[in-house]
Amino acid sequence: MGKPEALPSRAKPQRSEGQRGALPKAPTGISGLDEITLGGLPRGRPTLVCGAAGCGKTLLAMEFLLRGAEQFGETGVFMAFEETEQDLSQNVRSLGFDLDKLVADHKIAVDYVRIEPAEIHETGEYDLEGLFLRLGMAIDSVGAKRVVLDTLEALFGGFTNQGLLRAELRRLFRWLKDKGVTAIITGERGEGSLTRQGLEEYVSDCVILLDHRVTEQVSTRRLRIVKYRGSTHGTNEYPFLIDENGIHVLPLTSLKLNHAASTERISSGVSRLDSMLGGEGYYRGSSVLISGTAGTGKTSLSAHFANATCARGERCLYLAFEESPAQLVRNMKSIGLDLNPWIKKGLLRLEASRPTLHGIEMHLAVIHKMVNDFDPQVVIIDPVSNFSSAGSGSDAEAMVLRLIDFLKSRQITAMFVNLTAGGDAWEHTDVGVSSLIDTWILLRDIELAGERNRGLYVLKSRGMKHSNQIREFLLTSDGIQLQDVYIGSEGVLTGSMRAAQEDREKAAALARGQEIERKQRDLARKRAALEAQIAALRVEFEAAEDESKIVAEHDRAREQQLASDRSAAALRRGADAAKRNRK
Amino acid sequence: MNTRKNGSPNDSDKWELRLYTAGQTPKSLAAIKNLKRVCEEHFAGRYEIEIIDLLKNPRLAKDDQIVAIPTLVRKLPEPVRKIIGDLSDTERTLVGLQLRQQS
Repeated sequence: MGKPEALPSRAKPQRSEGQRGALPKAPTGISGLDEITLGGLPRGRPTLVCGAAGCGKTLLAMEFLLRGAEQFGETGVFMAFEETEQDLSQNVRSLGFDLDKLVADHKIAVDYVRIEPAEIHETGEYDLEGLFLRLGMAIDSVGAKRVVLDTLEALFGGFTNQGLLRAELRRLFRWLKDKGVTAIITGERGEGSLTRQGLEEYVSDCVILLDHRVTEQVSTRRLRIVKYRGSTHGTNEYPFLIDENGIHVLPLTSLKLNHAASTERISSGVSRLDSMLGGEGYYRGSSVLISGTAGTGKTSLSAHFANATCARGERCLYLAFEESPAQLVRNMKSIGLDLNPWIKKGLLRLEASRPTLHGIEMHLAVIHKMVNDFDPQVVIIDPVSNFSSAGSGSDAEAMVLRLIDFLKSRQITAMFVNLTAGGDAWEHTDVGVSSLIDTWILLRDIELAGERNRGLYVLKSRGMKHSNQIREFLLTSDGIQLQDVYIGSEGVLTGSMRAAQEDREKAAALARGQEIERKQRDLARKRAALEAQIAALRVEFEAAEDESKIVAEHDRAREQQLASDRSAAALRRGADAAKRNRK
Repeated sequence: MNTRKNGSPNDSDKWELRLYTAGQTPKSLAAIKNLKRVCEEHFAGRYEIEIIDLLKNPRLAKDDQIVAIPTLVRKLPEPVRKIIGDLSDTERTLVGLQLRQQS
């Protein structure tokens, strides 16, 4: 003991280490934290985690140990100054970790150091060798690579000799480094300093600050890396959440604008809309914005998209901030869209919550987590405009930007629904994201002749030839139908005016048809008359022909008669020629 | 019980003391010397001192909740009391052992 050991062969390869022999890092396994720290905490050095009471210091430290033992094969020691072994075990059980088992398997050692000021009576020179011995023994008992001291400041409550304590702390941190263990020291946030007892002056390698802030009754946990010697790191405040799987940090602003662009197209669920969008629908991985005033059918349009997604056998995450899942399903049934089968098949996940339930970062964190868990191809957020009620406008804008980036980097097609308040410009979103959107479909109502109808048009659609036409948007019991609007001398007509116009056109067409028919009948009649005339003439001619035939017959007959009459007369006169002729 | 309400020991009480040290450090040696002196002065013949070297027996540091070295534990008379330091401040040592009231 005492000498820094070479890293054991059983430790997992340090995937975090940079190519240029950068600072070796110990991955925490805490979702998001390794991304911000570019690989984890400095290996073999102490890290200070500080923050106010109840901000999750102990949990972060504990998760570091537990995940180290379970995922990275690194055993650990938890030295608790505030909670007993039993308390700790109970606390982490709610996060799905079995501390008792890990202790029984010699993967983690827990030592509760009880500091009772009333029991301690100082009578001269002393040191904290007992603490060192205990820690050394615990480290040796499991071959620990990770150590947590939670929280050292309890010592300051128990011992009065501050000078001695500080000297001992300095010795402790040096000793920990010599041991080569990756340590987390927790400390309570102090006034005007990171920790109440100035622990940051001993731990100079890495300092992580946790914060739990309540703004307008909405609480948000945030994490910030104050310093990380020898390594670059994300410098922003990152929101994090604690749920049944531990801590989730959101590496929000570490995103870059380098996501791949797919050329694959996916249907919007409305065939007529697909044909408006170059005939094929949205690009996969693009962001689609549907904006419109209240009651223009935004949710119906997004539900169609969800339906089409599930029909392709893909997963769709639908985040509803205005309607409960049951209400949404019922309402969509009324336009002939049954979402229930998809929910049962596990393709559609409806998540409903009020925007004011969390702070804006928490929302993002929750969405992040849901996307990670569910791994959807399509995410629909209905409506995104409500986020401005969970934070200030710029916050909401930043959040939607991050969300778009996050979803794009995952090649997830995102649909955002934006409610345009009455009186606002059409081409306006509360969350100011319009410039980030690839395809923007505007739904608006068209008021004309005492009625209100819905119109739809594609305001923009990057990278495709899209229709510039306004379509009338009808919600029927068979879903959404898009109709051509009537555009004529009287302007754009919709609804019953369009129907009336169509009726008028129909009547006119009918009249025209009848006119043609009448003309054709006339013609037929004329032909019939002519033909009758021709027939009559023919009959007349035939009659004349017959007559002339009869006359000719008569003439011939009379001539024959005359001839026979002449021969008879000659006979009677006894002419010899006739006799000769008779022989 | 042989203790009174205020926890002050009787003259007849038997003293059972345990001193935790870590090796032969000057502080440990000083503590042993100072302890023996106080015992001889105040309860000669009715005390028992057990010296535990935690370097040889580190488990006891955890089991007995020892942080500071040297630590003197008064096991008897009850209640158990802990005094830390090399006992060079005799006045405070006596107060700690409740042989004298805090002034």
